[in-house]
Amino acid sequence: MNDSTQPALAIKQLSKTYDDKFEALKGIDLNVAPGDFFALLGPNGAGKSTTIGIICSLVRKTAGTVKIFGHDIDQDFSLAKQYVGVVPQEFNFNQFEKPIDILINQAGYYGIPAKLARERAEKYLKQLALWDKRDTPSRTLSGGMKRRLMIARALIHEPKLLVLDEPTAGVDIELRRSMWAFLQEINRQGTTIILTTHYLEEAESLCRNVAIIDHGEIVKNTSIRELLTQLNTETFVLDTKEQLDHCPQVAGYPLKQVDGHSLEVAVEKSQSINELFAALTEQGIHVVSMRNKTNRLEELFFDLVEKNLQEKANG
Amino acid sequence: MDNTQKWIAFSTIVRREIHRFMRIWPQTLVPPIITIVLYFVIFGRLIGSRIGEMAELPYIQFVAPGLIMMSVITNSYSNVVSSFYGSKFQRNIEELLVSPTPNWIILLGYVVGGMARGLGVGAMVTLLSLYFADFSLHSLPITIGIVLMTSLMFSLAGLINAIFAGSFDDISIIPTFVLTPLIYLGGVFYSIDLLGDFWGSVSLINPILYMVNAFRYGMVGITDIDITYSFAMVGLFSVVLFAAALQMLEKGSRLRS
Repeated sequence: MNDSTQPALAIKQLSKTYDDKFEALKGIDLNVAPGDFFALLGPNGAGKSTTIGIICSLVRKTAGTVKIFGHDIDQDFSLAKQYVGVVPQEFNFNQFEKPIDILINQAGYYGIPAKLARERAEKYLKQLALWDKRDTPSRTLSGGMKRRLMIARALIHEPKLLVLDEPTAGVDIELRRSMWAFLQEINRQGTTIILTTHYLEEAESLCRNVAIIDHGEIVKNTSIRELLTQLNTETFVLDTKEQLDHCPQVAGYPLKQVDGHSLEVAVEKSQSINELFAALTEQGIHVVSMRNKTNRLEELFFDLVEKNLQEKANG
Repeated sequence: MDNTQKWIAFSTIVRREIHRFMRIWPQTLVPPIITIVLYFVIFGRLIGSRIGEMAELPYIQFVAPGLIMMSVITNSYSNVVSSFYGSKFQRNIEELLVSPTPNWIILLGYVVGGMARGLGVGAMVTLLSLYFADFSLHSLPITIGIVLMTSLMFSLAGLINAIFAGSFDDISIIPTFVLTPLIYLGGVFYSIDLLGDFWGSVSLINPILYMVNAFRYGMVGITDIDITYSFAMVGLFSVVLFAAALQMLEKGSRLRS
């Protein structure tokens, strides 16, 4: 079997019902192409972590099949596991061990010889700016360092598919950006990446394709670009040069005054923002800067989840 | 995974386990030594000299093999139960569960780690016992054989306890309420001939009795029980526990949701 021609991840009719009868996944289908940078989005409890848990064998599925580069996780579990690296949401390493030992031990569990394990541990600890901390007990690392340690650990066997469950949760913006750059680089080098995140800006910046999961069902599975074309309305915040005594009125543009120097406006895709600027200028108001009120994907995400909720309520 | 990779995975687990109990040696190696020295001083020297002979042996010679076996049993058991449950509690057991390491390698790795501590402490206690008692070794193969099998059996039991345990309380219940009474009633400190017919017969359902007697036979040539029967019992228990532990790992009981 030529692994590179197979989908990085092929999920068919995957379902999971926990012992307490909670149905976390209701027969989902999902395909991720090799080399993709894929986002799995959804509100809390939607089924994202259950899906990831099944992919990496920490959760037992109730029904369905999961194949990783063509290898079934039940029938060909050894190869399937060799191909996956996982970065979980919670810290799950021995807090009393040193980062270098955590990485070398993890390499050992994949049957990697000691010399190669040490070389790779050094490579990834350096790439993730942890080399200076290699002999420090891992419990003393900062939250960001612990996250990076889990990424290094997931990469130690150089998997073709890397799955990250909210890898930048609780990480400051500077560190988040550096992690993004690192992930983009390994994706460029050929590693397929699946990411769950609450930071939708993260998905928009990094990912090419997306699946939105809600109540154990995939409600959308498309490219980020395609998804954004479905966005009909964007809300902008406009900062004005002049002090605003009252909210200006412009026909077709529902303006709201936020404070003395800013306005909020919802602009439909068919409308021109230049027309709005021109109308404001005529009224003696000059816009000095503008920004999206919320992330564009976030608006769409809330729309889809809300729509799904309403459909369920309507039966 | 090919055989070389399996060997690397196995030796990684064993090395990590040994490194763990060596790193925390004040908790893992020193207390059993102190405890056993106190047993030797109190039961061997102070009280033992007033007891006289037990099964035609000076009391300290009678009790020493049991004390060595006691340290092997408790250390083999507690190493695996605390290490495996600690990994469950911190969730770093997931490092192994997501890897391609087969379950039987995981099982063997933890068990051999437990045996390393049990046998290591047993060897130190044996050296210490030479200071308190004189004995010539009656049969090296029987001594080594039974101590290895006992250590294996209690490492397996510790693993099963850890798989079932849902809290730190659960890993102390079995040692406190099951293991300690079985050890004390397992012929470490007395010959079952003293118990009379009824309690002597009841004692025969205690597996530790067989191990202690086989070990005592290997060291000093005296036993209450048939040695072949002892080996068969320990072997049978080990096979059953191995099969049970492997089945639990395969099913992912209390490990995978």
